Amino acid sequence: MFRYLVRRLLLALPSLLAISVVLFGVLALAPGDPFSDLATDPSIPSSVAAALRTKFGLDDPLPIRYLHWLAAMLHGDWGFSFASRINVSTLILQRLPTTLAVIGASQILALAIAVPVGVYAGVRPYSIFDQIASSLALIGFSLPPFFTGLVFILVFSVSLRWLPFVYRTDIGGSGLTLYWAYIRQAIMPVAVLGLFQGAAWTRFVRASVLDVARLDYVTTARAKGLSERVVVTKHIVRNALIPVVTLVALQMPIIFGGAIITEQIFRVPGIGSLLISAILANDTPVIMAVTFVFACLVILFNLIADLLYGWLDPRISYR
Amino acid sequence: MAGSTPASPTADVAAVVRPTQGRRVTPAREAWRRFRRHRLALGSAAILSAMILALLLGPLIWPVPINAIDFAAQLQGPSLAHPLGSDDLGQDLLARMIYGGRISMSVGIAATLVAVIVGVVIGAIAGTARSAIDMGLMWLCDLFLSLPQLPLLLLIIYLFEASLRKVVGQQFGTFILIVAVIGGFRWMSIARLVRAQFFSLREKEFVEAARALGASTFRQVVHHILPNAVSPVIVAGTIEVANAIIAESTLSFLGLGFPPDIPSWGRILYDAKDYLDVAPHWALVAGGAIFLAVMTINYIGDGLRDALDPRRVI
Repeated sequence: MFRYLVRRLLLALPSLLAISVVLFGVLALAPGDPFSDLATDPSIPSSVAAALRTKFGLDDPLPIRYLHWLAAMLHGDWGFSFASRINVSTLILQRLPTTLAVIGASQILALAIAVPVGVYAGVRPYSIFDQIASSLALIGFSLPPFFTGLVFILVFSVSLRWLPFVYRTDIGGSGLTLYWAYIRQAIMPVAVLGLFQGAAWTRFVRASVLDVARLDYVTTARAKGLSERVVVTKHIVRNALIPVVTLVALQMPIIFGGAIITEQIFRVPGIGSLLISAILANDTPVIMAVTFVFACLVILFNLIADLLYGWLDPRISYR
Repeated sequence: MAGSTPASPTADVAAVVRPTQGRRVTPAREAWRRFRRHRLALGSAAILSAMILALLLGPLIWPVPINAIDFAAQLQGPSLAHPLGSDDLGQDLLARMIYGGRISMSVGIAATLVAVIVGVVIGAIAGTARSAIDMGLMWLCDLFLSLPQLPLLLLIIYLFEASLRKVVGQQFGTFILIVAVIGGFRWMSIARLVRAQFFSLREKEFVEAARALGASTFRQVVHHILPNAVSPVIVAGTIEVANAIIAESTLSFLGLGFPPDIPSWGRILYDAKDYLDVAPHWALVAGGAIFLAVMTINYIGDGLRDALDPRRVI
């Protein structure tokens, strides 16, 4: 197990390096650079601009610039935000917990919907419940999160006035009222993201249960006289959820995309909304760092899924 | 098991019985017969065709300019003069929705074409070549799958938009860039599908027969393997159109897709979101159109999957 973990970690490193090359490549190929404004500024002589470029290594060959950048990133020197005048790493560390909390809560909601509904529909294929659940799942996964978010705001904030639609971090009060205020403002972002993912996963779970339910060992379990409940929970679900883990891991980039949109709609102060505001403010160091953090998170969750996969399915040996 | 009975015998019988009447059962005709059985897919196909027809003929029937500003008719609900209402500048929403639908649909189709072409080529090369090239291409595929797509899309558009616009012009530049990046990030699943199909097909007897007759690798691939690998690609491609429409709307909704003078559906929704309380019809019309297009395409994809899978008896 330990050796597998080490090997898997070593395999994740080249992917991280490749992603950093892609990111750096995109940035290097793009026209313009942080000092391009200097060239057009008449108050700065061209010799000063050239000296600045040499000092910061902008005229070095690409591979050397890449190595400098990589070394700085590894040292934790992620640069300095042009817009908010603080270190990028501080900024990201402030914002990351909110994003992870919203994503985590929505994934729990998605699983709480998808597993029971998917299993029930998959065990009774083409029943009325299955038809209704499948239609709702297809509708839910055709509704883009940005539209659901707006409809939620329209219904629950504008019409009914039940929930606030701007996420605040400076809520006063203490104790239970404070917690309640936090939960209330998180309901809509979590629900938007969770329902969208839940709809997609319901389809996966249903298809997977449908595949497993007609295998011979399930018939054997029924023939032994086991109750339907035991057959479903102990025999079908355990095996049906194994491929779902992989699919969930493959969906990770989409989930982060959804989180960016949800954070933007509800003004949740996470790294997704940080990315959008950085792009709108031309804040290159922040854009690079946030994209890289998203890439690391995707790889981390893929790694976790791989480990889970081996734990859930003993037939996969850790070699 | 009923599910594994091949459907081909019936098709063959029909083909033998009827050729004199001039009604040969082509694969397309057979697929259409099976597709019609899926009621929701058929209904979706009807709705989607109606939408596309409306988008194509719309400007002829409703020749209102999309940018005629009328401050007397700001943020009005649906009326005779403006069937879908008007926006904050009093521009007619119906005309803007027709224009936006043309943009959104063409982006969806063009981006899917990019994804399918790249995916089929890479999948075919990986499926034909042995070991090293296959491994390299699949590593590339895995790398693309683990890239955070939306942040990278936003990054690329932010970095390259201005310069591309200078080269090919304001409207066309954004269009090409958006189609290229959406398509360029969506070929992976198609490449994997094609590769898997190639692995099973290239060992089949008919390919071996072609090889024995001296067919070159290129001929084997193009004439024998590819035509048989096409149906899962059609299904995946159909669903990709829906995904590409969502991707374009997402970019425009974040304010980083099309500029305000080219109102795609996502852009209209982005403009509408600040007026939710006073003019909810504006956001609902744009979002509803995206939803309807995406849902009907998904249903059609489901129907095609049933229709094109020969192991399913319908």
